[in-house]
Parts: sequence; C-alpha cells; structure tokens
Amino acid sequence: MDPDRPSLTRLPAGIALPVAARVALVVVPSSFLAVFYVWPFLGLVAEVVDGSAIADTFGRPGLGRVMWFTCWQAVLSTAATLVVGLGPAYLVARWEFPGRRLLTALLTVPFLLPTVVVGAAFIALLPDALETSAVAIVIAHVFFNVAVVVRVVGGVWSQLPADLVAAARVLGAGPWRATREVTLPLLRPALVAAGSIAFLFTFTSFGVVQILGGPTRVTIEVEIARRATQLGDVSGAAVLSLVQLALLAVVVGVTVRTQRRASVSIGLHAQASPRPRTRRTRLAVGAAAVTVAALVVAPLAALALSSVRPGGRWSLTAWRTFGDGPARPGADLGVDAIGAVVASLRAAALATALAVAIGTLAALAVSSARRGGRLLDVGSMLPLGTSAVTIGFGMLITFDRAPVDWRGEPWLVAVGHALVAVPFVVRAILPVLRARPVGWREAAATLGASPLRAWWEIDVRLLRRPVLVGACFATAVSLGEFGATTFLSRTGHETLPVVIARLLGRAGDVPRAQASALAVVLAAVTTIVLVGVELLDRPTDGGGGGRARRS
Amino acid sequence: MVVLDVRDVVVRFGSRTVLDRVRLTVDRHEIVALQGPSGSGKSTLLRVIAGLLPPDGGTVHLDGRDVTPLPPHRRGIGLVFQDDQLFPHLDVEANVAFGLRMQRVPAAERRRRVDELLELVGLDGFGSRSVTSLSGGEAKRIALARSLAPAPPLLLLDEPLTGLDAALHDRLAADLGRVLRATGTTALMVTHDGAEAVAIADRVVTLDDLTPGGR
Repeated sequence: MDPDRPSLTRLPAGIALPVAARVALVVVPSSFLAVFYVWPFLGLVAEVVDGSAIADTFGRPGLGRVMWFTCWQAVLSTAATLVVGLGPAYLVARWEFPGRRLLTALLTVPFLLPTVVVGAAFIALLPDALETSAVAIVIAHVFFNVAVVVRVVGGVWSQLPADLVAAARVLGAGPWRATREVTLPLLRPALVAAGSIAFLFTFTSFGVVQILGGPTRVTIEVEIARRATQLGDVSGAAVLSLVQLALLAVVVGVTVRTQRRASVSIGLHAQASPRPRTRRTRLAVGAAAVTVAALVVAPLAALALSSVRPGGRWSLTAWRTFGDGPARPGADLGVDAIGAVVASLRAAALATALAVAIGTLAALAVSSARRGGRLLDVGSMLPLGTSAVTIGFGMLITFDRAPVDWRGEPWLVAVGHALVAVPFVVRAILPVLRARPVGWREAAATLGASPLRAWWEIDVRLLRRPVLVGACFATAVSLGEFGATTFLSRTGHETLPVVIARLLGRAGDVPRAQASALAVVLAAVTTIVLVGVELLDRPTDGGGGGRARRS
Repeated sequence: MVVLDVRDVVVRFGSRTVLDRVRLTVDRHEIVALQGPSGSGKSTLLRVIAGLLPPDGGTVHLDGRDVTPLPPHRRGIGLVFQDDQLFPHLDVEANVAFGLRMQRVPAAERRRRVDELLELVGLDGFGSRSVTSLSGGEAKRIALARSLAPAPPLLLLDEPLTGLDAALHDRLAADLGRVLRATGTTALMVTHDGAEAVAIADRVVTLDDLTPGGR
C-alpha cells in the first residue's frame, strides 16, 4: 500500500474500528466465499483424487484436439483483437472530434454485452456458410475484446506526449519508422496487458463458442460442460476444470513476468489531443469514426433485423408470440419467453442484493481489517480468475446431497451469479475507500464522533455512489451470465441466456427469430443498466475499476 | 550565406491568427534568439520550420531549397524540445544515436560520434544510463547531444533552459553557447528570457520584428 496514505490499520486506537466490528466485517464475506467458492473447488479436487479419473480422461481420444483448438483459437483471437483494436484505439486516443466520447462508450458496449447476445448477433450477421466456423468464433471474439485494446492501450496512448513522436520525426524517422521505434515500444506494456486479458477471455470463452462453434469446434470450457451435463462424465469434467485452471495459472504467471520486464517507467499524464486541422485529416478522421461506429453497430442491427425477418420475410411473429402459445399451429417452441424474462429479473435482483451485500462488506473489511483483510482482498478476486463454467460445475456437484441438496433451489442460480459479480462490486468500492483521506475520520473524531460513529458518517456515506455502480455491474453480470447458469438453472426457471442459447440450437426460422427477439430484449435491459453505470461513474474517478465480463 | 529563409508564414488556429506573414533569415554559423512572452507563437514558428505543423501560408527555405512540402524527417532540421522528449525506453546512448541510426550510420561510427557528443556536453560515460534516472540538467544536455549528433544544418531550440534552478540555468546557458559555437551550429533559439537571449545569441529578435507592420 502507498506509504503516504496511512491505512486505517495504522490509526491510533481511539480512531480505528473496534476489533469486534472488524472481525464481523471479515467473517460474513469470508464465510460466503468459503461455502460457495472454496468448498465447491475442494469438491472438484476430491472428484479427481477419487479414482483413476485423470488417466481415464487423458486416455480418451479427442482431448488433444480440444486442447489444441482452445489454444489456437485463443491465440488467433488475441492477435486479431490487438491488430484490429489498434486502429480505433489510435482514433479515440489521439484525435479530438465531435462524438469522440460517444464513440469510446460505443466501443465499450460489446465487451459488456452478454455472450449469448453476441453469439446470436453474429448468427444473424454472418452468412450461413460462416455461421458455425472457427472464423465466426474469432470474429465474435474480436468484436468482444476490441474494447479491451481501446481502453487499455488507448488509455496509455492518449497519455504519450505527441512530441516524443515529433522528436523521432525531426531526427529523421518517417511516420512508420517513428511508430515502430517509439510508439509501439512505449505501448508494449499496455499491449501485453490487453493481450493477456483478451487471451484469458478467449481461452475460457464459453457462450460464444457454444453458439458459434457447432459440434466440432469445442474448447476446454465447452467440453467441461458437455461432459458434465450431457455425458454424465463428472470426473472427466472435473479433471478438465483443474487442467484449465492450471493452464490459466501458467498464462497469468507468464504475463505477469513479461509485464514486469516490459514496463518502462514514464511519467504519464493526460495530453490534449489535436483537432484535425486540414480538410483532408478532417475527412479521414470523420470517415474512420463513422466506419468504426458502423462496425460496432452492424451485428446488433443485424440481430434486431433478424427478429422481424424470419426466413427473409417481414414478420412480427417473434414479438407477437413472445408471451406464449405455439409459433404456428402444431409447432410449439416449448419456451416460456415471459417466464425467462421474469426468471432473469428475479435472479438478477437476488444476485445483485447478495453481491452488493457481500462485496460491500468485503471492501469495508479489506480496507479496515488487518491480516484477514488482505487475504479477503485476494479471496474476493478469485472468482474472476476462475471460469464461470468451473464455478457452476463445482457448485453443482457439491450441493447435491443432503443436507446441502440445493440443486432444485432457484436461488442457487442467483448465488452463482453473485459469486461471479462480487469482484466487480469490490473493485467498484475499494478504490473509493482507499482514496478517502484519513484526515476526515480524524476530523470527525476531534468533533466528538466515536470510532463507530465516524466510520458510519464518513466511510458508509462515501459509499453510496460506488455501491450503486457495483450494483449496476452485478445486475449486468447476472443478466448475461451463461457459463455457471448452464449448470445451475432448473427446468421452469431458465434465465434469458439459457433460453436464447436453446432456441439458437434449434433448426428453423421461427426459433431463430424468437431467439433474436429475446436477445434484443436482453441487450436492451443490459444496456439500460450499464448506462446507469456511465451516469453514476462520471464524477468520482474511483468506481468501475473492474470493467470485465464473464462468459 | 543564408541557411534559413522563412517567407511570409501564416498560421491560424480557428479564427485566431498566430503567425501573420512572418519573415526571418538566419545566416550560417549564426545564433539567433527569438524572444517574446509565452503564448505569442514562437514555438509555433519553430514547429512550422521543423515541418511538424503545416503553415496556412508562406514558405520555408533551407539552404536555398523550398522545404515547405517536405515532412519533418526529410528536412534534416534538428529540434531541442522544451521538455526534452528523450525516449524513455532507450538508454542515453541509444537516444543520442537515434538520428544517426535513421541516417544508417554504421555502428562503430555511431559509437564514436556518441562518445564525442557526450564528452562535448560534459556527460562522458553516461551512455548506458537510463534516461529516466537523469537530473533535469543532465536530461537537457542529452537532449542537446541527441539533436546535434546528426550534425543538422540548422538547430532549433525551444526554451532549452526553462524549468532549471538559477545556478544551473546560468551554467547551462554558458555551456550551451560554448557547445553551439564549438560545433559551428546554425541555431534558432526561442526564449522568453531576455538575459538568456543576449548571453547566448548573436542577434535577438522578437515576433513583432518579424511581422510586417508589427503586431
């Protein structure tokens, strides 16, 4: 921690929170994590240790192909994301033009959309020949993760002094040479960071691969789900979960080391971007901005269009049959669309309440407790590093016997969502807590507030905005959550993503239009929630630290 | 003999005319100081001459040749930036050698030239240092060495001594004058400090002097 910013742990006894209060803060979130994260994880390990599962799993043919596909699609997706993302990153980082902030926000949208929405959008956009192919997967992954490059690389790029490039130019470097010799080396740490985030997301991508991959293109994540839910090969799925976790740990380790080596300490601060001065640059910047916006909007427009054009004819059937009833006589979709919307909203409400409660307590504990707090800091982030499928699968096999036979409980889905969402809530709150000057509490103390009262008046009140931001993120995460939900959702309580994925798996124009319509609804609700984040997030610069998505 | 000939350069930012038909000539081996308050357009003129900013009117001639349409890397004009702009990912030697590398000077020759320049600015042995570890004064000297390394026909200096404490400023001003003369460099220096201008330059001008009818 920053030595100039005394943490509350070093406050004199009269100002620090009483020990009992600190312990209470730590215990609640820790227990939640212990029961719903650590225990299922141990359950997975136990499943593997149980027998000859490892040999069995690796002995079976086809696994090599799955691992190979997982790796190469992730590498290709990451490389393509970096290359494609540099253009828009340059545009919004280096040029000032009307609508620049809007374009930046627009570029962030895909990253925050539910994976099934993106999958459905590309089914709608791509020609039939490409619909289920590796190309479709890579394109969808690029669409998803370009936001990472724009935010991470663009963030650094916008702070590189333009005169560094100018210095190279007057020393005789052409535009391309200056980019290669100065800009790219300075962006390298950011490129590595963005690349590793994109790699982690594409390596564990579930929804997109499930929808766009078809039966032959299977990643480890999809294979885990297939074995667990379709083949009943629980121990095989458990082995794969742990293998994937180990691979992820290796990737993270390598990137952290690369990161450390690649980092160049440069005093960065915000730079003013130039407005295009000449007619030619104005035209170029304008054309680039319009192109980028069109590319982002195209899949979503295609999605909306496909909901009203089943089989190439205009029809509102998908929207009209939204509630219930057969799509046409004798062809019942077997899907309760309204029910799915209700189930999604219900799960989101419960998950948000849980995630906010646990996340807020965890953030408070981390910022005001001693050793337990630091452990909790790491612990509350763990679900972010675990694939959603692994989380759902672990919970499924753990809570299946008395006295914890909770598989039939509809709230288990919400608990899974909350687990995935807690890191977002913690990341939204913690920076605000850490940035608050200790002097405020000291001032409150000198004005006669007891430690508990000062904590209430200062810390808790400061939290209103970041807690709301965290709540919006939690809602968005829950609405779009697909990986864990695949395992935890029960018949009759399917959430929107589950229903959309199921409809997309059916042949025919009607189910597809219906899937598109539902995806439009899901995208709209998610967007509304995230607009809330944008609005809340503006004034304080602390919130929204963890903009990330789960598959 | 005239090295730099600026003819009727006009620069507008929106509706504001920053440079209005500016004329300036600099002779070989001459050191000219362009003095004036900050924000008056001095740095803008340097950027036009260096090719970093296309003017809205007028031309820039270098050694009798119209270089106005040329991009900065084809002009061969050196520029010392106000805030140095040393490349943070390169060490001192690589910074000083950058321009030589762009000219495809062989490695051995490059090293010799870098050593020579480091010695000239009084920082011999600094080659392997990281530029982020340099003090303010050292960074200025390295920035000067980097710009001088390719032996540019004209060196532009944008407030080269701003932001240094008084004692360091005076010492560096003396050194700067000495280095420029020792290398026979033709230089145009922008400064807001009249004493500094007189101390280093052969001739001191203001933008008003260069603008027809004053301003």
